Amino acid sequence: MDLFEYQGKQYFARFDIPVSKGDVAHTVDEAVKAADMAGYPVVVKAQVQVGGRGKAGGIKLANNADEVRTHAGNILGMDIKGHVVKRVWVENASDIAEEYYASFTLDRGAKKHLLMLSKEGGVEIEEVAAKNPSAILMLHINPVDGLSAAGAMKAAVDAKIPQNAQQGVADILVKLYRCFTEGDCDLAEINPLILKPTGEVHALDAKVSLDANADFRHPEWEEFKATEELDAREKLAREKGLQYIGLDGSVGIIANGAGLAMSTLDVVNQVGGTAANFLDIGGGANADLMAGALEVINSDQNVKSIFINIFGGITRGEEVAKGIVEALSRVDLRAPIVIRLDGTNAEEGRSILANAGIPESKLTSKPTMLEAARAAVALAK
Amino acid sequence: MAIFVNQDTKVIVQGLTGGQGKYHGLRNKAYGTQVVAGVTPGKGGTDVEGIPVYNSVAEAVAATGATASFVTVPPKAASAAILEAAAAGISFIVCITEGIPAQDEARTYNTLVRDFPNVRLLGPNCPGIISPGKCNIGITAGEIAELPSASGPNVGIVSRSGTLTYQALYELKQRGIGVSTCVGIGGDPVPGTSFIDCLREFQNDPETHAIIMIGEIGGSAEEEAAEFIKANVTKPMSAYIAGVTAPAGKKMGHAGAIVSGGKGTAQGKMDALRDAGVKVGQNPTEAGELMAEIVAGLR
Repeated sequence: MDLFEYQGKQYFARFDIPVSKGDVAHTVDEAVKAADMAGYPVVVKAQVQVGGRGKAGGIKLANNADEVRTHAGNILGMDIKGHVVKRVWVENASDIAEEYYASFTLDRGAKKHLLMLSKEGGVEIEEVAAKNPSAILMLHINPVDGLSAAGAMKAAVDAKIPQNAQQGVADILVKLYRCFTEGDCDLAEINPLILKPTGEVHALDAKVSLDANADFRHPEWEEFKATEELDAREKLAREKGLQYIGLDGSVGIIANGAGLAMSTLDVVNQVGGTAANFLDIGGGANADLMAGALEVINSDQNVKSIFINIFGGITRGEEVAKGIVEALSRVDLRAPIVIRLDGTNAEEGRSILANAGIPESKLTSKPTMLEAARAAVALAK
Repeated sequence: MAIFVNQDTKVIVQGLTGGQGKYHGLRNKAYGTQVVAGVTPGKGGTDVEGIPVYNSVAEAVAATGATASFVTVPPKAASAAILEAAAAGISFIVCITEGIPAQDEARTYNTLVRDFPNVRLLGPNCPGIISPGKCNIGITAGEIAELPSASGPNVGIVSRSGTLTYQALYELKQRGIGVSTCVGIGGDPVPGTSFIDCLREFQNDPETHAIIMIGEIGGSAEEEAAEFIKANVTKPMSAYIAGVTAPAGKKMGHAGAIVSGGKGTAQGKMDALRDAGVKVGQNPTEAGELMAEIVAGLR
């Protein structure tokens, strides 16, 4: 789950990472109120999860309430690369002496945490990596050992952070690492990390991505979920506990397992069709989940046929079949189903479907993935 | 021969008294696997259809001499269960648990590397391992795995995706091709066992004559495997990579399955594998057909 900048800053604040004083605003009036609280001059920043806000006119400096009114009025509702601005973050403007970059991620290849630190911040780090890779310090941290204060100081020195900023940077690195680990982030990034003329180091931006698997130990994430921007289908799917991604084709897809679901998309594509979605009902899917999955697919007006591709391991064939029978009794499906059912208890599943009295115009069964894909694609045309 | 497990492997099930643990533990036993004990704290002294349950892995190991564990406990408890098994002397741990936080996985993996370097973890979030006719640990339906033939050729399977592991087994079964061992390494960010670990074992296993590898988008595990194959694997291989049509920047279910910044694409992975001499199919069936051709050539 990706956070907006203001949420990232609020999250940083929980770990004592210094951020500018400010507040989030949904209206022009709220923006002025936030500016009055933060103290002028302020920066009004569009809250969208896409890069290039500044270039698009989504970040403006305001010296007084009138300027806040003008800028917030312009920015709220603005379309930045397809993202409509619903909120602005208004914060006290900082004087900047220097701009750095710091982030923590998991390096999957090395199976270790990775610190990236550069004295060249404020620009896209990919750009720095391409033009001047030696300007980025890349340091692997063993998750068992963690990052010590001394280790952070050494990183700041090795990254050639100027001496007057080293201590401040090291302090923030230790806090940001805590945020990354204890806060269960996939990514915790500060760009730019600034040095003020007064000597303090401080996070001017925040890019945080949270690991959804750690949701169970973070009740404080509830407020972040409320602002997640999902389409209607994705919202319904989430309520039903399904992994769903909306696409714009005509064959609705239900599969168990991410790999098989991706493969199903591939095969539909290869035989000349287009998938309406990615939907993984997961391991151990039961009748309820299958019925829910069919309801989600049915809510998509573009769907002309439904391809259910199940290979049972944890998922049991008879549960899948019961789910389909139940869904057909619960929802009036607009599109016909083509099913391919194999693996654990597939025989039982097939016999449940065969004996349920479902007309062939509503459900057909095919023995292989390819044949089922061809049939589903033919029905969608 | 088979890799990692065989007919003598004694297995305990951590979480045998839970719904999934009981279902799959009993299925593994019915397949012929030596499932010798279950472990559930607080339920020691009971049994699950004749399989004795102990309070701790240490007690179960002392009583049975088990060397392998099947971990099927909820995400919150999985890391502790894995480390408990390692500390109790288990040398091969299969964890099927889905949804373990990445930070926990990274810590657990590196703790194993530091404190228990001889322990192998398979998973988490994997379907497990099956050596057809000998041992099945995990959630694979045993009947879809073709038995290896004494005269060969037999195929080893390694897959990052659960259900595609079954698909690969099934493709070989349809064609009557024997399987030496099938390993599902799982699609999580920090898998305990990598493609390379399995490829190395298959290369050294005299009962394995060819290898199928199933990968998916995201990360760089397939590219690293391709490098390894180029330098070390002489046995013929076919492969399939899922996610050719996946849109960039979207998380496709697995934490692993995401294309970001043009990296980790299916095309890049397929190119790397082809460059290493692997025959790459456009779908699982085609990878199966390519393997059938390879096997026909070996016969």
